[in-house]
Order: sequence, then structure tokens, then C-alpha cells
Amino acid sequence: MSTATTDAPTASLEEAQPDAAPQDHGGHGPKFLAHHFDTPVQQFDAAKLGMWLFLAQELLFFSGLFVLYSVYRSWYPADFSWASHQLNRFMGGANTIVLLFSSLTAALAVRSAQVGDRKKTGMLLLVTIACAFAFLVIKYFEYVHKFEAGLLPGDRFHPVAAHLAASTRDLPIPQHGGSFFGIYFMMTGVHGLHVIIGIGVMFWIWLRNQRGEFSEQFWTPVDLVALYWHLVDLIWIYLFPLLYLID
Amino acid sequence: MATEAQNASAAPVDAAHATTDRNFFQERSGIKSWLVTLDHKRIGLMYLVAVVLSFLVGGLFALLIRIELLSAGRTIMDADTYNRVFTLHGAVMVFLFIIPSIPAALGNFLLPIVLGAKDVAFPRLNLASFYLYVVGAVLALASMIIGSVDTGWTFYTPYSSNTDVGSKNAVIWMTGAVFVLGFSSILTGVNFITTIHKMRAPGQDWKRLPLFVWATYATSVIQVLATPVLAITLLLLIMERGFGLGIFDPRLGGDPVLFQHFFWFYSHPAVYIMILPGMGIVSEIIATFSRREIFGYMFVAMSSVAIALLGFLVWGHHMFTSGQSEYSTMVFSALTFLVAIPSGVKVLNWVATLYKGQITLSAPMLYALGFIVLFSIGGLTGLFLGTLSVDIYLHDTYFVVAHFHYVMVGGTVCAFFGGLHYWWPKMTGKLYDERLAKVAFWIFFIGFNVTFLSQFVLGSRGAPRRSWDYLPQFEELHRFSSVGAFIIGIGILLMVIVFVRSLVSGAKAPPNPWGSAALEWQTTSPPPVENFASTPVITRGPYDYHLATEGELYAGFPEDFEPSKKA
Repeated sequence: MSTATTDAPTASLEEAQPDAAPQDHGGHGPKFLAHHFDTPVQQFDAAKLGMWLFLAQELLFFSGLFVLYSVYRSWYPADFSWASHQLNRFMGGANTIVLLFSSLTAALAVRSAQVGDRKKTGMLLLVTIACAFAFLVIKYFEYVHKFEAGLLPGDRFHPVAAHLAASTRDLPIPQHGGSFFGIYFMMTGVHGLHVIIGIGVMFWIWLRNQRGEFSEQFWTPVDLVALYWHLVDLIWIYLFPLLYLID
Repeated sequence: MATEAQNASAAPVDAAHATTDRNFFQERSGIKSWLVTLDHKRIGLMYLVAVVLSFLVGGLFALLIRIELLSAGRTIMDADTYNRVFTLHGAVMVFLFIIPSIPAALGNFLLPIVLGAKDVAFPRLNLASFYLYVVGAVLALASMIIGSVDTGWTFYTPYSSNTDVGSKNAVIWMTGAVFVLGFSSILTGVNFITTIHKMRAPGQDWKRLPLFVWATYATSVIQVLATPVLAITLLLLIMERGFGLGIFDPRLGGDPVLFQHFFWFYSHPAVYIMILPGMGIVSEIIATFSRREIFGYMFVAMSSVAIALLGFLVWGHHMFTSGQSEYSTMVFSALTFLVAIPSGVKVLNWVATLYKGQITLSAPMLYALGFIVLFSIGGLTGLFLGTLSVDIYLHDTYFVVAHFHYVMVGGTVCAFFGGLHYWWPKMTGKLYDERLAKVAFWIFFIGFNVTFLSQFVLGSRGAPRRSWDYLPQFEELHRFSSVGAFIIGIGILLMVIVFVRSLVSGAKAPPNPWGSAALEWQTTSPPPVENFASTPVITRGPYDYHLATEGELYAGFPEDFEPSKKA
């Protein structure tokens, strides 16, 4: 982009020098440069800032649930502890590892896209997608168990003694266990929805990668989808201890 | 030197005339060229049509309310219907009209132009947010058809999680609509912040941004940071109704007041989503028609940011009587008073700009001055309500209704109308009938005060809001108010006629009919697809009348300014 000539206040709106903005008026720049941007750097910066703003929005979206969690846990600490014991720490832990690993492969995919290794980028994206599916499968088994055990939100909270964790089987059923499972299903459900959306977007980026749209000069979409995926991972990193590891 | 400067400055306009004689309307045609367009100007105009339609629907509900209140007891509808009508009036006006009105319609059209950019940063996202708006509107319409909500636009629990007047699912449809509209709003915010940061023309630094841009920036920050909280709240409410989640249900250990906290954490900042862009428009209009630099530019710009930030800290003042702790109410009350400071900064700086300005009382200017008067009344009565002892008495009375209508209608709607008149020649390339537009303004202004001043009196005498019926001693004032509503209706009808006549038979508008120094007036009316013949280089601020050349301020057609170019 050209710089301003501030020392000419009288001629305030002169035309830009044609050579000052070489990639002006679409068609002159590289193929990936959209018509309304002047330079690839401007396009990259805009995309990146837009993604960060979107992620800020995502954080605020989840923040409501985190506030809800704090309020209810402070109201019913014993009930939350009881309910937390009903969750399967092994499956939760496995899912944490799966997501952390997928975050690594997503980051590596960005790296290989930056150096122009198309084949490796595609492979790493597929591994990330596979991890996302693995996460959902594990989550599915967890959900099935909760349904069978009657560990459901609000009205539908009717635990079946035989399915409860051994350590809590002799304890009385807490009155507000339904609140915990309401929050549990909202938090993990909304997070799971983000995983599913992530799979869709990553698949689309994988297709574009296979079509050869990315190069050392242009890898913005890979970078952005990885950012999104890191956020999905990060939220799980908070959900896991808050829900599974109470006391 | 003088002639050289004129030549240099008149060049872009002339070049635009010579090289791109096709404006963005003419570049493509057919219905498809609109429906899949990525041009921010077309998207802005589609938004404009959509929000104006919503405004007319919301206005129709307002008139129904005022007809019902013409006399005590039943006038034209029963109590249940009345509840639904006032809910729809609120929900349509807030979510389908006011929130998207200025940013999404006028902002979309103008933001890239005043930055000297070719488009917003993400044109496809822009179109997506428009279609999300359409989906939201369709869902809202569906909720009306299947039975309609009667909760008030605030959807307070536990009523909203239990009511089944009309239809069991209407609440789900309506909150679903608001959920989708929220994401439309968020995406617009993301797009605008990025555009303002990254798409400015060479030389367009932060200190040269028009105040409308600063206001839009502050608005977008609120849209991005507050709206998601509303989204999750409404999602919880939908789950509560659909699956008995129990989060807001005391029977299951939940807390309905928590819903109010969540709701107002968004909806108070949302009040500033509604008013800040209006303030931005008023700054533009005041500068142009005083032909003067805005007094205290940086203060006005920063006051927008300050209002946006303070707006996040005052939600509890909607809940003084909800049973929240006394200490919270005191803190929220004190913080609420702080908002008066940046608001006062704006009003006083506008007045100081007018002082010794070269004032033209055109129709947009009348709306801007109307804004200052009505917003001041609305803002100052807000302080009554922010005072704890007074609020206990005035809470849930017509005083509150009058207060927020003075801010929302007297403020935002007035500014929206002002902006519509001000930028009409730029958007359509047509001039409108100034004389008739001024008549419409005065009818609107008088009607507005008749309607809502009487409601201040009603409220101070204890008349409860949201009520279908009232005590006989309120009948006179209620009637007076209802008459005012119809005067407003006539004013708006006249305004619509002015605009329709302009579209049909208005004279062609020159690039800069108001003789403004701002950047959007330096391109053709309507602008070409890429807004300027070539990327402009900015060397002064939009209000620097002392730096602008005669050519830039020339209000007629460029060929008349330099007759040699005519041939």
C-alpha cells in the first residue's frame, strides 16, 4: 500500500499513484487475491483478525455456560461432587489425549502448508479429522451410559442404582443432580457440535488442499481452521477438569 | 496554486464521470444480480428494504396497542391478544428493526466508502449475515402464524418457560429467530471491525476517521462481545422448554433471576448497539450543515468507546426490584450514572459545533437537532430511573416506556431518518423534495412528543405498563397519547411519499449536494462498483473545511464547476 503524502494539505484527495499500489484493481495480483484487497499481506491480516474476533465471540458464547457452572457448583457443591463421580474419568481422559494430539496434527498441517508440502498437509488434516471422529465415538459411549443410568437433566433425572459408580452407590441420590447433568449436557453438547462443525470445515479445507489451492504464498485457510480447532481443544481442556475431576 | 489545487481535487470526481459512467446499479441487472451480490452497497440496500418493512410491521403493532388503549376496558381486542401484540411490537422493533437498522443498512452502504475501500473485508460473510437475518425474520413470522408469544420481548422466565397461550412452541420459534438474528449481528460486527482495521485507504488514519466510523466500531465491539451471551441464554431457554433442563426453574433448583442477569448482560449493551450508530450519524450531519469541524473530535470519538465499555457494567439497573442484593443495586446505580458523562460529552460537543457554525436547516439537520433534544430528554430521565429510591416508585410504569422511547425512537429512529435523508442522494442518485421532507419532520416531531410526553406524566402518576386495561383517571392522557401515535404515523407516511416520489421523479443528484467535505461525497452519486474511480489518498479529516478545496465543497455538478469539461 502507498503511504499518505501529508505535506500537501491543499490537494487533499489526489489520485493514488498507479505504481504505488501495484496490485490494485483485481486481476493484476496473484489468483488467490480477492478483488477488494490491495495486497496479499492485507488479505492475510484481515482474515486473521476476523478469525480472532470470531474466536472471541466463541469464548463469550461458552462463557455463559461457565458462569452457569460456577453459580450452580457454589450452590450445590456436594451434589456436583456426587454427580462428577458418575462420569467416566478414563473415557474423559482418553478424549483429552485424543484432542490434544489432534491439535498437534492441526498445527503441523499449518506448518507443512507454509512450506508448500501439499501431500503432508492433506495427510495431517485427515489425521485431525480422524481424531475428531474418535472423540465423538468415545463421547457417544459416554452419553449412552448416562442415558441408561438415568443421569439426565432437570425433570428427567432418575438415576438407576445398578448403573451408578460403585463408590457412590450407597450414598443418597442428591436432589440437584439434575442441575449438574443439565449443565453437563449443555456444555459437552455445544462443544460436541463445535467438533462436528470442525469436521465439516476441515474436510472442506482438505478438499481445497487436494485441488491444489494452497501454496507457500497462500495458506491462510489452513491456518484459520487450525486456530478454530485449537479453540475447540482449549474449551475441552477446561471442561474436562471442571466436570470430571471435582475433588 | 489555487487552480492547481482545484484541478487536483476535482480530478477523482471527473475521472469517475469520464471512465466509469456506470454506477453500481447499472453494472449488473436482474433479480439474481441482487440476490447473490457481494457488493456491500447492494447488500446495504437489501438490508434497508428489509428493516424498513420490519419497521412498518412493528409500527402497525404499535398502532394496534394505541387503539386498544384509547378507552378503558376492551376496545378492539382481548387481554391475551393485547399481550401478544405488545410482545410482537417489542420483539420486531428491537431485533428486526433497531439493532440491524443503522449498522447493517446504512453502515454497510457507507463504511467501505468513507474508509476509501472497495468493499468490506469479508463480502461473502456480509451476504451470509443478510441471509441469516432473512432466516431469523422468517422464523419470527412463523412464530406469529403458529400462535405468537405473549412474554414481552424480554422472555422472562419462569413465565416464558411455562406459558402456552396461543401455542406451546411459539416461544421456541421466536427465541430461535432471535438466536439466528444474533448471529447475523455478530458476523456483521466481526466484518466491520476487521474492515475498519485493515481496509482503510492510504492516509486514512485513526484520527481522520469519520465519527460515524468510530460509532460503528464501538457498536461492532458490543455486537461481537455481548450478543453471544444472549445466544447461549436463549439456547438454554429453548432447552428448558423443549427438554425440561431446569436451569431457570426454581422447582428443579434453578433460578429465574439468573435468566435476567444473563439476558441483560446482553440486552443492556444492546441498548448501545441501538443508540451509538445514531450518535455517529448525528455527528456527520451536524458537521456538514454547520460547515464546521466537529468540536472536540477525539472526545466525541472516545465517548463512543467509553459508552460501549461502560455499557457492559450496568446491566443490573434493569433488576433493581428483582431481589438482587442491595450492594449490587448501589454499585449498578453508581455505574449507571457514569454513562451520563460520555453522553453529556457528545451532546455538549455537538452544541459547541453548532456555535458560530454556518447552519443550514435542511431536513437531515432538523432530524439531527431533533435527536439532540429528544435524546437529552430520554437520557436525563434515565438518571431518574438509575436513582434507586426513585426507581422503586417508577419501575414498571409508563415512565419507563416513555424514557426508552425517547432514547430509541426520539434518538435512534430520528437519527436513522436523518441519515436516510442525508445519504439518500448518495445511495439512489436522486434528490428528494426538501420542503415536504421538512413538513414530514415537524409532523413526526410533534406527534412523537404528544405520544410520549403524556406517558411520562402517566408513569409519574403510577400507571402500570404492559396493562391491557387502566383506571378511569388515566383515560384522558392515554387518549392524548394514542392521538399522538397516529400523528407519528401520518408523518412517517408523508416521509415515505417523499422518498417514493424521489425515486419515481426526483431530479438527478450531483456528487456532493450538501457541499460536505467528507469523503463519501467526493465520489459520484450513486458510486461506481468499486466506490472510487481509483483508490483515494487521504490527506485530511472529513470535517477539515479549512483544508478542503472549493472543488471538493462544490454542491453542483462537476461539469458546471469547470465548464470547459462540459463538452
